[in-house]
Amino acid sequence: MCRVCGCDHQDHEHDHDNDHDHDHPHTHRVSLQSALLAKNDRLAEELRVHLGHQEIVALNLIGSPGAGKTTLLEHTIRALPSSISVSVVEGDQATDNDARRIAATGCRVVQINTGAGCHLDATMMDRGLGELSPARRSLVFIENVGNLVCPALFDLGERAKVVVLSVTEGEDKPLKYPHVFRAASVLVLTKSDLVPHLDVDISQYVANARRVNPALQVFPVSARRGDGLAEWCGWLRSQVGDLS
Amino acid sequence: MEDVVESVVAQTDGAKVVLVRLEIGHLSGVAIDALRFCFEICTHGTTLADATLDIHEIEGRARCRVCGCERDIDSLVTSCVCGSFEQDVLSGHELRLKEVEVI
Repeated sequence: MCRVCGCDHQDHEHDHDNDHDHDHPHTHRVSLQSALLAKNDRLAEELRVHLGHQEIVALNLIGSPGAGKTTLLEHTIRALPSSISVSVVEGDQATDNDARRIAATGCRVVQINTGAGCHLDATMMDRGLGELSPARRSLVFIENVGNLVCPALFDLGERAKVVVLSVTEGEDKPLKYPHVFRAASVLVLTKSDLVPHLDVDISQYVANARRVNPALQVFPVSARRGDGLAEWCGWLRSQVGDLS
Repeated sequence: MEDVVESVVAQTDGAKVVLVRLEIGHLSGVAIDALRFCFEICTHGTTLADATLDIHEIEGRARCRVCGCERDIDSLVTSCVCGSFEQDVLSGHELRLKEVEVI
């Protein structure tokens, strides 16, 4: 019997006329029916269950290099009430520059360097969380590798993906990189204080983002000046159930 | 792709794989040429080394949440004839390993 498909295929002698032979490779179909990202998705789901049991809210921040993800985090951490415990997983190809900036706010942080990798995956996240050991009932920010493309495909077990897009990047970015905007629940439009100096229109950013994902919540923020930070932090507080 | 090769090897008990059939949706975000290139590299030296990669491409299809009509879509940024952008994607996100053929 074939050890792969279990069939009883056997070569046999013909005692009758025939127009074929059996001297050909015996191939079997093996149905696998699995997702190409099955391994990542399985581990991400385990992480999601684990985080859920611990009442930890993990948010996956995705945006281009220079979109202002780290600056947004620095100001967010300082703006959130001390009753909310926050920690951060930082993803970059190289350096611990961002981890040092986050650590300077007094927040616990783990830096993951992906080397040639262009995104974090669930295995890296598992390792990062193991090292970070976030407190029960806390908020974990995952700052993904600067990239608007691949991180959209890799589930890290987060509660929600947050796209961070700066107003300097151009209003058409949601249309050019639709996957990440569709996968996200929230868009933070950073550097809003620069709008008067640019030839852009915030409402056009929002309209384009909602063409891809009509349910997207949008928070225009200037981390440097503080505009919009209260609204963004209000959403974060609603996620962790902070009613203070 | 390394995970996929590893998983196929494990599930075929080390038998020689002659064909790998994938289903890739047009809206999955995966570039098929890049996938083929990657397959060749990742299968080198494995039981999948000489396997043909057969990719079944799946068209995008969506149902409008406003008027309920179904239509083919080739992008996530398309509006329905009724003008709505609110749609449920019915197909096109597939990234599946369907089956393999082994000797």
